[in-house]
Amino acid sequence: MSSIQIADQIFVLLKHWLVGRVPVSLQPVVGILITVIPIICVFPALFAITTILERKGLGRIQNRYGPNRTGPFGILQPLADGVKALTKEDIIPANADKVVHFFAPVVLVMLVFLAYAVLPMGRNMAAVDLDCGVLFFFAIGSGTEVAVFMAGWSSRNKYALLGAMRAIAQMISYEIPLILSAVAAIMIAGTLNLQQIVTQQAGYSGIFPHWYVFTPWGFAAFLLFIISATAESNRSPFDLPEGESEIIAGYYIEYSGFKFALFFLGEYLGMFSISAIAITLFLGGWAAPFSFLTWVPSWLWFFAKLVTMILCFIWVRGTLPRLRQDQLMNFAWKFMLPMALVVLTSAACWRYTEGWQRWAISFLVVIIPYSWLGHGMMSNRKLEQRKYRFAE
Amino acid sequence: MNLSFLIPAIILLVGAAAANTLRNLVHCVLALTLAFAGFALLYFGLGAEFLGLVQLLVYVGAVAILIAFTVLLTGGGTAGEQTVLSPRWLQGFLLAGAMFLLLGYGISKSRFTAHAATSVRSYPVSLIGDALITSYALPLEMLGVLLTVATIGGVVLAIREPRQASQSVKVDQ
Repeated sequence: MSSIQIADQIFVLLKHWLVGRVPVSLQPVVGILITVIPIICVFPALFAITTILERKGLGRIQNRYGPNRTGPFGILQPLADGVKALTKEDIIPANADKVVHFFAPVVLVMLVFLAYAVLPMGRNMAAVDLDCGVLFFFAIGSGTEVAVFMAGWSSRNKYALLGAMRAIAQMISYEIPLILSAVAAIMIAGTLNLQQIVTQQAGYSGIFPHWYVFTPWGFAAFLLFIISATAESNRSPFDLPEGESEIIAGYYIEYSGFKFALFFLGEYLGMFSISAIAITLFLGGWAAPFSFLTWVPSWLWFFAKLVTMILCFIWVRGTLPRLRQDQLMNFAWKFMLPMALVVLTSAACWRYTEGWQRWAISFLVVIIPYSWLGHGMMSNRKLEQRKYRFAE
Repeated sequence: MNLSFLIPAIILLVGAAAANTLRNLVHCVLALTLAFAGFALLYFGLGAEFLGLVQLLVYVGAVAILIAFTVLLTGGGTAGEQTVLSPRWLQGFLLAGAMFLLLGYGISKSRFTAHAATSVRSYPVSLIGDALITSYALPLEMLGVLLTVATIGGVVLAIREPRQASQSVKVDQ
């Protein structure tokens, strides 16, 4: 093994070495623990880094400093937030359904962590190599709706219930374009196994990789997937379920202390895992973006892509205003769903044509319905320059 | 009786029993969701990975939420009295028992028992996909038509006719 290969496989080799040190009867248990414990340590750590990045980034976008009191440049802020969450009083409303109220954050975090089981985080680095990994991910993801419902209903608060209803309606609506755009990539890869989807995108033309995002259908599917993923993880501009200015944090309004932190954690971990799926399906997984960079370890590329995606999410949150409920639903059912079907057709055209024609046909099949649909949606709407009225 | 069968079976039975004895309907829905998840685990244990995941996706992700919405919209989720169990829990159990006997009788009389599967095998998803597209293409298409009809029906029910709406506004004025 060359040193490059060792650097690439260092965690796999480390696991084999550690498992080899324990008695044979304990090896399966230790093997599972060694796989699971890093996942439940690394991603919450990434969550801590993301909170400070987000607060700093949003601060800069809004022309202010962001947190700068704890430690140099405020980098100890996540630690302070964690201590605050742990030491805060855990308040349960007198009328709340105590059992369901307690289990809602637990179920949410449990399901979110389960989804990490199938993510390929590097070459040979997935906790479980499931035959239908993509399906597993979406099946587990759909379970979080139940947790949201539990939180909203058990709080006995009308804002909580409203927020939960909004969240569930939004998640169900956007799940359809999310899965349909993933189906386009699955159709071309010909497998539901996430590892194999990554290997299907391996190889380079010149220095450029064969990622699905660099094809006409793949680019459209990637955009649809990212928009739906933003909605699925309830992030701005789709953060109506939380809507601080209208329903004061939505379904977790009645949660305080560490349970609130768990919801926060669940939301961010959900965003990370769905970004990881987007990376796997469209951005080549753990593959290097240029052929001359393949010596960099695969897991480093995975996390680099993940952090890039997170930064994009922060950027979008800082720059776009929140949608209205009817705009949200119209967008899902009248634009996202037809476009997802169009992208499926385009992917099918790509599959059965060759040479330059596949680029032309696939491109036209996406772009013509897109412009037609876009103009159709804007046709009976008058866009003028906004008139501002000031108090006199 | 190994653990991988026992644990899902217990989850399933506890969920199902709670679903027909609890007083609060929302609790019943949540218990039913637990039972659905138990079913999925049982399918995993039998090597039917795909079926288990579809069970999770459809029943836990969609059907449970649908029932929860129905319960809330019909006002069943309001706080009840102090008792945890429903006053009619015995009827619930009798009904479930009668259903169990009926199904058990049907299954014991059917031909499956003669050549029950002796070994647990895992089927790749591609086999199921091939079977659905080739030998079961017609049932699949018919299901698609059925779902389309249901969707159109839902849209027709939900659509508000503009003329009636404007008339009712006039009446209000």
